[in-house]
Amino acid sequence: MLEQEQSANASTSPANSPVPAPILRRERFDWQRTAIGLLSPILSLVLAFTTIGLVLFLTGKNPFTVYSEMYQSAFGDGNAFADTLVQAIPLILTGLAVAVAFSTRLWNIGAEGQFFAGALAATAVALTFKGNLGFLTIPVMMLAGMVSGALWALIPGVLRAYLNVNEIISTLLLNYVIALFADYLIYGPWRDPKGFNFPLTPTFDEAAWLPTFGDTRVHLGLIFGLVAAVIVGIVLSSTVWGFELKVMGDSLTAARYAGINIVRNILLVMAFSGALAGLAGMGEVSGIAHKLQQGLSPGYGFTAIIVAWLARLNVAGIVLVAILFGGLVNSGYAMKSLGISSGFVTLIQGAVLFFVLAGEALLRRFYYQQDLKKILATALLGQK
Amino acid sequence: MTLFGIDIVLLLATTVAAGTPVLLATLGAILNERAGVLNLGLEGLMLVGALAGFVGTYTTGSVWVGVLTALLAGAAVASIHAYFTITLRVQQVVSGLALTLFGTGLTAYLGRPYIGIRTPETFGPVNIPLLADAPFVGPILFKQDWMVYISLALAFALYFYIYKTRPGLQLRAVGESPATADSMGISVTRTRYFYVLAGGALVGLGGSYLTLASNPSWLENISAGKGWVAVALVIFAGWHPLRAILGAYLFGGMESFQFSLQAAGSDISPFFLKMLPYLLTLAALVLVEWRAKAGRRQSNAPAALGVPYLRQDKN
Repeated sequence: MLEQEQSANASTSPANSPVPAPILRRERFDWQRTAIGLLSPILSLVLAFTTIGLVLFLTGKNPFTVYSEMYQSAFGDGNAFADTLVQAIPLILTGLAVAVAFSTRLWNIGAEGQFFAGALAATAVALTFKGNLGFLTIPVMMLAGMVSGALWALIPGVLRAYLNVNEIISTLLLNYVIALFADYLIYGPWRDPKGFNFPLTPTFDEAAWLPTFGDTRVHLGLIFGLVAAVIVGIVLSSTVWGFELKVMGDSLTAARYAGINIVRNILLVMAFSGALAGLAGMGEVSGIAHKLQQGLSPGYGFTAIIVAWLARLNVAGIVLVAILFGGLVNSGYAMKSLGISSGFVTLIQGAVLFFVLAGEALLRRFYYQQDLKKILATALLGQK
Repeated sequence: MTLFGIDIVLLLATTVAAGTPVLLATLGAILNERAGVLNLGLEGLMLVGALAGFVGTYTTGSVWVGVLTALLAGAAVASIHAYFTITLRVQQVVSGLALTLFGTGLTAYLGRPYIGIRTPETFGPVNIPLLADAPFVGPILFKQDWMVYISLALAFALYFYIYKTRPGLQLRAVGESPATADSMGISVTRTRYFYVLAGGALVGLGGSYLTLASNPSWLENISAGKGWVAVALVIFAGWHPLRAILGAYLFGGMESFQFSLQAAGSDISPFFLKMLPYLLTLAALVLVEWRAKAGRRQSNAPAALGVPYLRQDKN
């Protein structure tokens, strides 16, 4: 972008021009580009739902019934929308977590594990101190959740920064480890003695419950998510550190030449990312379940990847897409009544991600070629 | 022979069986990556293979039809990844993740009616004459099922193919320097498509072993991270088919070891035992990178791994 502006300056003001060229120029707002940029994700969603509708039809289900049922349970009325917001809270936070890491091309696929790390630490605080901390209970739980998520993310962070161990694989393998550790705790030391042998911890003292809005289940975590979105947005777009991350994401070599401390930034990014996911985990145990139990997450950490990608790592976009996908996750619970596996929601997510990728790839060509026919040819035959 | 209440021969025999699906998936991934295409969709592909293998066997009653179905399904689903990474040239990491989500969701949706049904025919042990009676190694290596023998033969065949044949050289050229391969008249696109599909078929085959031998029925998420383990083992194996055997059996060993410990009534919580295979895989990966860092071993990663090829790009 910088190069573009420089060359633009050069062309508008030759070296011998008496008028000094403006050093910085705002890029002109390109309506066409913006319109297409917005249209592409929407079109991707439509195509994904059409394709999956076809799968439904081929397997003997009526896609219209399924989709209208899904819509009803996600956005049908106030209660449904409140529940959708409830699902959106962890998606906003984990989506931001993933976006922070992705912005520097660090593929943190472990938001799911860091979510659990946060939930476990928050539960430990709630079970240890009961209500003894009074109004400090919630802040201490938040801190514990974020620190725990950050530390869990620092394991792959350290391995990547110092030994160049692929963070995709390490974060993923660690997801399985912490999920097993959570199972160990709720089946073993933390099991509620009065829980009829169900794998869950005792219910937290009310001091450890996040307050809710009115009589809905929407809890204070929503505010955490929105505040986090603002912070992440400012950090990524308006700070030197955010700029360093962007440079690292574009080219590690360039970052090294510029004297950016890569090792330190990898560690910081992973810790930041893990802390956000950990806060999401804290929000779920403290705001919804009020205890640690199985099925705490229907895969928020993975859905977060799509949320972040569909929003193109833009924080406002993440909040919007998280609400949309909160609706999708929420409607997954309605699937069971139709005799459809809740894994169906994952299928839709995979299809959406594919169509978004295709949309982006074709859009990139559009910027260069501006020729629809050529783009369609590319889609079918590849670029020669 | 027993040690701490664990029968060593039985442990090693189950090690081989537990390592087989991972070995097949790792071999498939090596083919993908040798051609320069990173495939993080292994977990999804294994699930697709597992379900396809089960459905094929369930419908016809023959495991071999199941195997064929799994091969075809693996290749078919891998073709999505091929289209996205080779033709559309999108981020290979994200396309792979999408493939995993897609495969996980698709199998959960389509597999629902099959939950709780036993596989009608499974792979049974086939004794190799003479060798099966050998002490110690006989029961470990030569009283296994067909798929174990096939996976081992495949590992050796792929080693020979990749390093000793002309098409193998072309495969490596495409993964190391596609521009050079292109100038030699090798079609980078066609080669990559072929190996992404072939690799996908092998990963599907690995998945089918889960429903046709390891656990003869269909379960949601039956692969339980084995696809990701295979992604890690490719690096551990240094993209070498024979070292993949070592990696896969190391994983299989840890898996059957934790089962044997549970069966032997160990005091350690089974949840911790179940962590062992994942931790071991991570440790193996760390070891490889640590050795590479210490300069004792060059990284064998194909130079063009994860990089889309476009002719006018300058390399």
